[in-house]
Amino acid sequence: MNRILVAIKRVVDYNVRVRVKPDGTGVVTDGVKMSINPFDEIALEEALRIKEKGQAQEVVVVTIGPADCQQQLRTALAMGADRALHVQTDAVIEPLTAARIFKSLIDREQPMLAILGKQAIDDDCNQTGQMLSALWGRPQATFASKVEIGDGVATVTREIDAGLETLEIDLPAVITTDLRLNEPRYVKLPDIMKAKKKPLDVLEPAALGVTPSEQLKAIRYEPPPQRSKGVMVKDAQELVAALRSKGLIQ
Amino acid sequence: MNKILIVAEHDGSRLNPAIAKCVRCARDIPDANVTVLVLAADPAAVAAEAATINGVDAVVTVANPANAQALAATLAPQVAAVASGYSHVFGPSTTFGKDLMPRIAALLGAPQLSDVMAVESATRFRRPIYAGNAIVTVEVAAGTQLVATVRVASFEAAARGNATAPITAASLDVVLPSHTRFVSLSAARSDRPDLQTANRVISGGRAFGSADNFKILDGLATKLGAAVGASRAAVDAGYAASDMQVGQTGKIIAPELYMAFGISGAIQHLTGIKDARTIVAVNKDAEAPIFEIADYGLVGDVFQIIPELERLIG
Ligand SMILES: Cc1cc2nc3c(=O)[nH]c(=O)nc-3n(C[C@H](O)[C@H](O)[C@H](O)COP(=O)(O)OP(=O)(O)OC[C@H]3O[C@@H](n4cnc5c(N)ncnc54)[C@H](O)[C@@H]3O)c2cc1C
Ligand SMILES: Nc1ncnc2c1ncn2[C@@H]1O[C@H](COP(=O)(O)O)[C@@H](O)[C@H]1O
Repeated sequence: MNRILVAIKRVVDYNVRVRVKPDGTGVVTDGVKMSINPFDEIALEEALRIKEKGQAQEVVVVTIGPADCQQQLRTALAMGADRALHVQTDAVIEPLTAARIFKSLIDREQPMLAILGKQAIDDDCNQTGQMLSALWGRPQATFASKVEIGDGVATVTREIDAGLETLEIDLPAVITTDLRLNEPRYVKLPDIMKAKKKPLDVLEPAALGVTPSEQLKAIRYEPPPQRSKGVMVKDAQELVAALRSKGLIQ
Repeated sequence: MNKILIVAEHDGSRLNPAIAKCVRCARDIPDANVTVLVLAADPAAVAAEAATINGVDAVVTVANPANAQALAATLAPQVAAVASGYSHVFGPSTTFGKDLMPRIAALLGAPQLSDVMAVESATRFRRPIYAGNAIVTVEVAAGTQLVATVRVASFEAAARGNATAPITAASLDVVLPSHTRFVSLSAARSDRPDLQTANRVISGGRAFGSADNFKILDGLATKLGAAVGASRAAVDAGYAASDMQVGQTGKIIAPELYMAFGISGAIQHLTGIKDARTIVAVNKDAEAPIFEIADYGLVGDVFQIIPELERLIG
């Protein structure tokens, strides 16, 4: 069966202004709105579109994290995923651990494609998809803004510093999404009801042969240095004068 | 001694300026010995350039026609083959480094730190998270091989010197995959300075309303010798190319002068410009959040202000 595996990470919603805890042990997450990582929503949308074109039969969403993550999996099922896998753990999951868990799931599920976000907007690591492709020994097409599935291959356009790069990759492969790949659909109320009946399996990392290890110890969190508020100028002339006096323009 | 391997980004003939910044970052590690690795079809010119950067102790080249395109799947196993014996493997936090370094890390079984902004010791580094809303200090156990990308906006470029580091060619016995093939690159050709290294950057946002209107930035950019950037909203709407996006998921820049026209100042955008020396904001909404961080704010209409600035700068 042509299956697509999609990673769904639960993160602090992108509209939340994240604050560091006064004691420097982390950021405030209590009572803060949580959502699917925006890039993962795009990953799921892309998988659903590929399925809707008849190029895949099943979309499986996967998350790794504590019990609460099931909320985001349910949302993903409501968007249209067929089933969900929850690798439940309270441990800190570093990208290499996440990649090892995904690799182990890939061995079981044998997907033609794994689609992940290019980066999780909490840790901003931008690593997991690339690590997964290395462990899997398969192609990676990161930062995708266009995906076309062909016969055993995918043609992917990537947003890179120099412009838009197009790669052809053999399947199976890993794709990571950039913002302009698509615009995710909204979830409709009846779909939320239907999603409650879709299968959601819970596993443990150990059952997949992976022991989460914390190699990167966070020892202190700080707020970023603040830029002080500057001055308001009244018109273009005053602005140019100010920039000239600082030697910023001739 | 800490042996640091820096993977060179280049276009086949020139070294990317980000590499001199990686060298500076590597030099902040105590007792550092720095090697630059150049993988290319013909690495000679790039290697010669790398060898003149102050603080580079050695340059290693790997020549292979397969390296003509920077494909992570092709480059990663070669870097991994060279990397044993190095305590740190660094690359720039450009799309090249972001794509490649984690693939190397996984092959090495090593953890990666992304966007290193400061070095505290050989095992302790600082990096931004949550779109720069928090800075975390991270420590790895001594003896752990570490892969990292260097946040280029945080480091000055190491200067070029007169000395040249020795250049040696490595020959590797690595099977390279054929499953990933380069098809094409469409680059918006521009005579403007590169966005990531420009001294001056002017950016436009959703305010412009069309790709044609966005072009009114061109005249001012020419007068200032500035690169042109854009907010995500401007890129999404098709006013500007995707490689012009500044911010959390675009380019992180640190010019001397940044001018934001018709950009509201969402946190994801601000994250890309925090290291700019001077920020100027022009917005018709006096309450726009961009004014909170601007050194000079001007409430006004971009369609009126931009031509005025162009005339005044003359
Ligand atoms: C995961 C994620 C990642 C993101 N990454 C980025 C990123 O990397 N970079 C980025 O920029 N954004 C990013 N965003 C988007 C970001 O949240 C904002 O939506 C975006 O920056 C808004 O762009 P803007 O300021 O141009 O548009 P708006 O917020 O719509 O602001 C337009 C501004 O123009 C002003 N204006 C309108 N007309 C005029 C006029 N004639 N003269 C003067 N002023 C005028 C308005 O007052 C307003 O302040 C990201 C979002 C998400 C969810
Ligand atoms: N714990 C997790 N659960 C589900 N997906 C994850 C997890 N960690 C990382 N991912 C996926 O990997 C992508 C990149 O994450 P990162 O490397 O942490 O920036 C995310 O957008 C997700 O698609």
